[in-house]
Amino acid sequence: MLKIDNLVVSYGGIEALKGISMEVEDGKIVTLIGANGAGKSTTLRTIMGLVKPVSGTIVYNDRDLLSEKTQNMVCRGIALVPEGRRVFANLTVLENIKIGAFIRKDEKGIKQDIEWVYSLFPILEKRSWQLAGTLSGGEQQMLAVGRALMSRPKLLMMDEPSLGLAPLVVKDIFRIIQEIHKQGVTILLIEQNANAALHIADVGYVMETGKITLKGPGKELLSNEDIKRAYLGQSKK
Amino acid sequence: MTLDWLLQHLFNGMTLNMFLQHLLNGISLGSLYALIAIGYTMVYGILRLINFAHGDIFMTATYFAFFGVVTFGMPWYVAFPIVLVMTGLLGMLVEAAAYRPLRDAPKISILISSIGASFLLENLATVIFGGVPRPFPTPEIFTGVVTLGNGLMVQKLIFYIPAVTLVFLVALLYLINKTKTGMAMRAVSKDHETAKVMGINVNRTISLTFGIGSMLAAVGGIMWGMKYPQIAPLMGVIPGLKCFIAAVIGGIGDIKGAVLGGFILGIGEIMLVAFLPNLTGYRDAFAFVLLIVILLCKPTGIVGEKIAEKV
Repeated sequence: MLKIDNLVVSYGGIEALKGISMEVEDGKIVTLIGANGAGKSTTLRTIMGLVKPVSGTIVYNDRDLLSEKTQNMVCRGIALVPEGRRVFANLTVLENIKIGAFIRKDEKGIKQDIEWVYSLFPILEKRSWQLAGTLSGGEQQMLAVGRALMSRPKLLMMDEPSLGLAPLVVKDIFRIIQEIHKQGVTILLIEQNANAALHIADVGYVMETGKITLKGPGKELLSNEDIKRAYLGQSKK
Repeated sequence: MTLDWLLQHLFNGMTLNMFLQHLLNGISLGSLYALIAIGYTMVYGILRLINFAHGDIFMTATYFAFFGVVTFGMPWYVAFPIVLVMTGLLGMLVEAAAYRPLRDAPKISILISSIGASFLLENLATVIFGGVPRPFPTPEIFTGVVTLGNGLMVQKLIFYIPAVTLVFLVALLYLINKTKTGMAMRAVSKDHETAKVMGINVNRTISLTFGIGSMLAAVGGIMWGMKYPQIAPLMGVIPGLKCFIAAVIGGIGDIKGAVLGGFILGIGEIMLVAFLPNLTGYRDAFAFVLLIVILLCKPTGIVGEKIAEKV
């Protein structure tokens, strides 16, 4: 579905991505884990067209994605849950959900999908007339996910959806990611919470300072000694 | 009547009728300020830019009206809508030429560009329209006076101006709060990048904001021309600055704030002259003094929220 080849991105001479290659297969949950500053967010932002790469290719369903404008990504079926949620604080919860369907014209389908989002996140229905800025962090994260779903994406990319959330809420978010996946949405998940991410992922990539250092099925990476040490906080037995 | 007595004794012989006249005058001047201030506040909301060319767009609108009615002999109900459309397009042109190429530049560059656009419009107007002031062709239907019950005589225009302002204000608030386009404008004003991710055409939304703000300035300009029927290439400078101040007083970035600021400034200015005739010469200074006071006491304006920078 999505294929990244030898992608190099630099910010003012500093290379943030030093030639990474990865693939997201149709119908899978793929996760990209790594520490702060490894280049995970840059990868997503480059896919989204928010950052222009120095070299490399990104191909989506056999078509070049790099020449596409950010605003057209959602028409191609790619939705992003941005880092730090970035809900529109000055819009109501319902408006935030509706704006996710900005490019859609099918009023009926939109209405159904609003109900669908409400069924995934019942709290949003209760708060539908509140300004999004008044929501708690967890609720904002749910709103950001719900908003992204409203475009009916084929590929849903999430940038650290668990960041700064209470453990119970994190559990909730991951349960819902799996639920969304069951509905046929391919997921590219960026996480620092390696444990939770690898548990649900079909494929995991590990990033360190702009390079991909490991790749493998989620379960396999979970038992990898190096990863345990580096990301899961377990020492060698 | 007590108020009557108070007015007479405290303010050398002002009658209640005179007071009402001043109040109505202040409301209609305030309406005009409000219409122009909205343009500043909308552009600031979406780009964090003070569009210094806004006062000159207002000026150009009065010339468009002049040429439509006088040169081309159009009836006012044909000419004025065309003026609105052309002024809207002018605002969009200024945005596309002077601000869009600087979208990612530091804010100060865009600010300087807006000052440049302002000077360009003023000088173009002087060259093309001529520096000599021209009489504004007020249609007959908008002239004349009415006598109210208690013998108070006022211009009909004093009532038309707030009424027209109200109509456009309601339409604007509807557009911004109830339509998809308005939702996009509000989203872009909060976060350009995320708006793009949602599939919103950010450039088009910004352009539209300039178009709408400029159209409202045209509405204000036409009515300004009727109230003060002399137009000149530099006529936009002082109203422009004052309406910018009105927007700041109300809380820049907020439409209700701009309207409130416009009325405070308009009524305040008229009342200053009415109650303290000695200070008539300081009429324009009033706005600037008010600006300083507001900036010292409540820098975010009356209804302004604290600007929490995006995290």
